[in-house]
Amino acid sequence: MLKLGLPSKGRLQEQAVETLAAVGVTVGLAGREYAATAAGIEGVEPVLIAAGEAPRALAEGDVHLAVTGEDLILERVADPRRVRVLKRLGFGHADLVVAVPAAWVDVETLHDLDEAAAAFRLRHGRPMRVATKYHRLARRFFAEAGVADYRLVDSQGATEAGPKNLTAELIVDITSSGETLRANHLKPLADGLILASEAVLAVSRAAEWSSVARLALNDLGARMGFNAADAGL
Amino acid sequence: MTVDRAYLAGGRIGEARAALAALNARIMALFEAAGAMRVEPTALHAADALLDVYGEDLRGRAFTVEEPDGRELFLRPDFTVPVLQLHLAARAAPARYAYLGPVWRRQAAGSARPTEYLQAGIEVYGEDPAEADADVFALTLRALTEGGVPAPEIVTGDLGLIIALLDAVPMAQARRAALRRHFWRPRRFHALLERYAAAPLAPTPVRAALLAASAEPARVAAMAEAAGALVGARGVEEIAARAAALAADAAEPPLAREHAALLDAALAVEAPAADAHAALADMAAAGGCAIGPALDRFARRLDALTARGVDAARLPFRAATARNLEYYDGFVFEMTAPDRPDLPPLAGGGRYDGIATALGAAAPEPAVGAIVRPEALMAATC
Repeated sequence: MLKLGLPSKGRLQEQAVETLAAVGVTVGLAGREYAATAAGIEGVEPVLIAAGEAPRALAEGDVHLAVTGEDLILERVADPRRVRVLKRLGFGHADLVVAVPAAWVDVETLHDLDEAAAAFRLRHGRPMRVATKYHRLARRFFAEAGVADYRLVDSQGATEAGPKNLTAELIVDITSSGETLRANHLKPLADGLILASEAVLAVSRAAEWSSVARLALNDLGARMGFNAADAGL
Repeated sequence: MTVDRAYLAGGRIGEARAALAALNARIMALFEAAGAMRVEPTALHAADALLDVYGEDLRGRAFTVEEPDGRELFLRPDFTVPVLQLHLAARAAPARYAYLGPVWRRQAAGSARPTEYLQAGIEVYGEDPAEADADVFALTLRALTEGGVPAPEIVTGDLGLIIALLDAVPMAQARRAALRRHFWRPRRFHALLERYAAAPLAPTPVRAALLAASAEPARVAAMAEAAGALVGARGVEEIAARAAALAADAAEPPLAREHAALLDAALAVEAPAADAHAALADMAAAGGCAIGPALDRFARRLDALTARGVDAARLPFRAATARNLEYYDGFVFEMTAPDRPDLPPLAGGGRYDGIATALGAAAPEPAVGAIVRPEALMAATC
């Protein structure tokens, strides 16, 4: 059987189920249990997993396919050879951005941020703190932009509140409308877009691929419009 | 496999281990005979000191472990900072130290590079720089020669010369400080150089308003307040100070194109050391930049190397050598096994006078050091 990881709740789950329904795959969700069924296709077993767990499940080969955010794949899959994106799904859009206090009228770009960080360190004797759960993506982005003198502070929830709570000076986080940023007195930097993320269908190259699973992958590919060979199995 | 080690199959047991141990002992005996005291730094290090020197990028390169209370410790990625900390605590000067032990580096998934390998090293503090540079270089070369690689490929450099040139090029102090700060990030350095040499960008509306208000901190504060509640530890006076700095920078003339080009050209110099010295001297003179003391240090180092039997004038010199390794700020060198692209440099080192201040010392500490990779050295002789 092909194990297909689906989001365990929320809007992302609804949209994933709708996307599958549109290609004739009917997912049956059994109430509060994390079990599901698929009708209208052979050899597919849906598995409900928290969106944050999907990258690990793919990398470990616990599921063959999963619907999850591209941001989570890029942040959490350490070995890019194990997981590939097969198709961008056109929903779950969210931007990963660098956001600073809106009151920082002198900071509009990464160049400004870097200069402000240098002055901050001289004045405070410590680097600026950046609250985020996207450590890998933030570090790589700042390194490429040449932003120095910052320190990442782990934040697994309510990241936008970091500056207000004096646990950080700025944040790297997902935003869709910018509403939450504004409510927390933050603004994105003009050139601070790290990733325009959306929901993707990703494939595990670490999973055991039976002939039944391969056939199901080909079938899904034909229906959803991706090339199953892109999985490179 | 648990019996293998970096570059050496089966190097942790039996004859292979014994041969490596004998090589290690020879290298350490060489360093100790040169007056170095043996030291044994810890493997685990508090995150703060290392992050201060290397920046957040270190987390991508070094392994971390966690204390039960959540405090983060790094497995040493090299010995430079640990040995300097021992030295600063011992308050001995001048001093020479030798060390041997594993370092740990996080590698990208799928990389063939080892995550654990041995370094045998020597660090020299507080001595005459030219003599100490030459001593460390000659000792390192001897370690390779006696270890079975008689003619390694050598490249040298002198980041101190480039830094001296940067100090001599006419520009505002704030711009010089920004370039110095990014010296070890070549792309950002170059982008800054371009920015300073170009005609200023048309300001955004917000920037135009900020520049107009910059002479009066109260007006800047009012602008900030109108833009949003101030959150985080960066205060309104910092915003006002940067507004003033932006106004000062906007009033600066562009960096002369010839001076930007001079820095680029100096960084691109690649020639035998004596020719490189002459070329850099000519370039600086043509650009009206006085870097006499740095050129003197270069020349005295070549003399000191010659006195130790090195064909110094013909040493390959590449100005940007080791520039991507933060903290080197003077003489640098690397020694590689010929025709062994599968191996990393067998040895390398350089001068890093500036690190002590990054660690909180009141003044720079003259410091030069080098490491040999014994496992790679042994692999090169197989």
